[in-house]
Amino acid sequence: MPEHIPTTHELETPTAIQVVDLVRDYPRPRTSLFQPAPVVHALRGVSLEVKQGERFGIVGESGCGKSTLLRIIAALDRATSGTVIVEGTDITRLSDRRLRFLRENLQLVFQDPMSSLDPRMRVRDIIAEPLVVQGHPASGERVRELLEAVGLSADAGDRYPHQFSGGQRQRISIARALAPRPRILIADEPVSALDVSVRAQVLNLISDLVDELNLTLVFVSHDLSVIKHVCDRVAVMNAGQIVETGYTGDVYASPQHPYTQRLVSAIPTLQRALSGATTSDLLAKGDPA
Amino acid sequence: MSNVLTVRGLSVKVRDTELVSDVDLTVGAGERVGLIGESGSGKSLTALSVIGLLPEDVYAAGSVRLDGVDHELIGADERRMSQVRGRDIAMVFQEPMTALNPTMRIGDQVAEAVLIHKTKPKSAARAAAAELLDRVQLPTDTLRAYPHQLSGGQRQRVVLALALANDPSLLICDEPTTALDVTVQALVLDLIVRGVMDRSSALLFITHDLAVVATVCERVLVMYGGRVVESGPVTDVFTRPRHRYTEGLLAASDLDTTSRRLTTIPGNVPPAGRFPSGCVFRTRCAYATALCEESPPWSGDEAQGFACHHPAGVADA
Repeated sequence: MPEHIPTTHELETPTAIQVVDLVRDYPRPRTSLFQPAPVVHALRGVSLEVKQGERFGIVGESGCGKSTLLRIIAALDRATSGTVIVEGTDITRLSDRRLRFLRENLQLVFQDPMSSLDPRMRVRDIIAEPLVVQGHPASGERVRELLEAVGLSADAGDRYPHQFSGGQRQRISIARALAPRPRILIADEPVSALDVSVRAQVLNLISDLVDELNLTLVFVSHDLSVIKHVCDRVAVMNAGQIVETGYTGDVYASPQHPYTQRLVSAIPTLQRALSGATTSDLLAKGDPA
Repeated sequence: MSNVLTVRGLSVKVRDTELVSDVDLTVGAGERVGLIGESGSGKSLTALSVIGLLPEDVYAAGSVRLDGVDHELIGADERRMSQVRGRDIAMVFQEPMTALNPTMRIGDQVAEAVLIHKTKPKSAARAAAAELLDRVQLPTDTLRAYPHQLSGGQRQRVVLALALANDPSLLICDEPTTALDVTVQALVLDLIVRGVMDRSSALLFITHDLAVVATVCERVLVMYGGRVVESGPVTDVFTRPRHRYTEGLLAASDLDTTSRRLTTIPGNVPPAGRFPSGCVFRTRCAYATALCEESPPWSGDEAQGFACHHPAGVADA
């Protein structure tokens, strides 16, 4: 957003996440006995820097590598080459045992609230699990506090995930992510599965919590208009590379890279439609007016 | 303008639960009508009742008539429905992955659509399939491909080619681009609109995305809790909403606001069949009063109107 142009003060804020020249290749199944297995280049040299307290968006279409990038930043997957530095520590070469600091400081919210919550656990146990796993006392007090923070009633803890609607389940996911008091929150398409009227509630909730708890937010979405609302800066990914980075307002208003231009012009908006834009205008290349 | 599709008093029930109540809907020749609503609003069930593909145990009542078909579509037996389906009414589904037969080549599937209704002789079916695929901008090699060899967007274009194969008088699209990327969505939407315009077919377009409806359609019906709560031309409904639900939905989807906080509709969409009696929106509505426990009557006419006791925009009317 324009009002978030960095001052010199902001430039001095420490870096939360630094990604340098990250490459991830996946081997595919062999198709021939005599030839090496073909390789998918999921990430081809991605570099980015997220400052502490920043709201950073990553936008791209399916298959562009945004989820692979997230998985490597969260150390759920290993890079082929390149480094990821989270709060000053290079996590790319660390063993699983030494990643504990990362598990406490960096937490994830996934897209699908149906499959990311264990259907056989009560909500209070789901929320307390990150604490238990990391050896903290999981008090009922803390769980109630978390439920309240995400706008659920205290008795919600006694129920099971299937008793909640999609938006409420996403609130449970957020409460679980916040349990170990992380400093970095990574949200992977957190509102893509939600209805419009509920989407606004969850976006507001994420926004409020990031402000209150001084979190660094990395928000991944295929929807540039959602990113534009939530984030200060955005990186546009295409085919395993970042093609454009900038302040969300600038990228949205005057995209520089041809891919970003195509992406921006393809987004249907009410304003454009009501002023007479038709489906063929969505295809218009270049000028995104 | 004659109406291609006329739906009167449609209701859909599963056992004792009413999922869709009293829906009236008309689509004129060459007209593009949108049906918007969130999950559980009954928009898909409305479409499935029209094409006669409701799941077992789910029953529709009311009247659905299609211009050029001399019988009632609700309750018509399968033999008669299968002659209508694919020839007079065609449908594009949300999931292009499950809408195609994985064991048949694309060319054979498209040709089958023509052959099954005998609209083209056998000798011409192949050429017709090639032409249909060409119209959705797929290369000729696609004829020999199997569905798994195509991307989601390509598959959806094949489904569209299938749907348009017999020049249907009504095309129903149920969230056709929800599973697609935005740049692919733009292409598929354009092909749908051009497909129906070339044939002067009527289009019934179902989605939850207000911006997509505004781009594709001329008229829109807003559904909530199994009822049509508002209808009218796209420009009127989206600039001067009357029903409080439409008003809330528009505000909640406006991501262009300069404020950090978005306007929200409180509460959640109730599960299907658990909507309150009277006005279905009253439990989430800030304007609800005791009056709302009675079902609000329809104000306005067939083409444009709303059902709300406390409509928006009264002061300036």
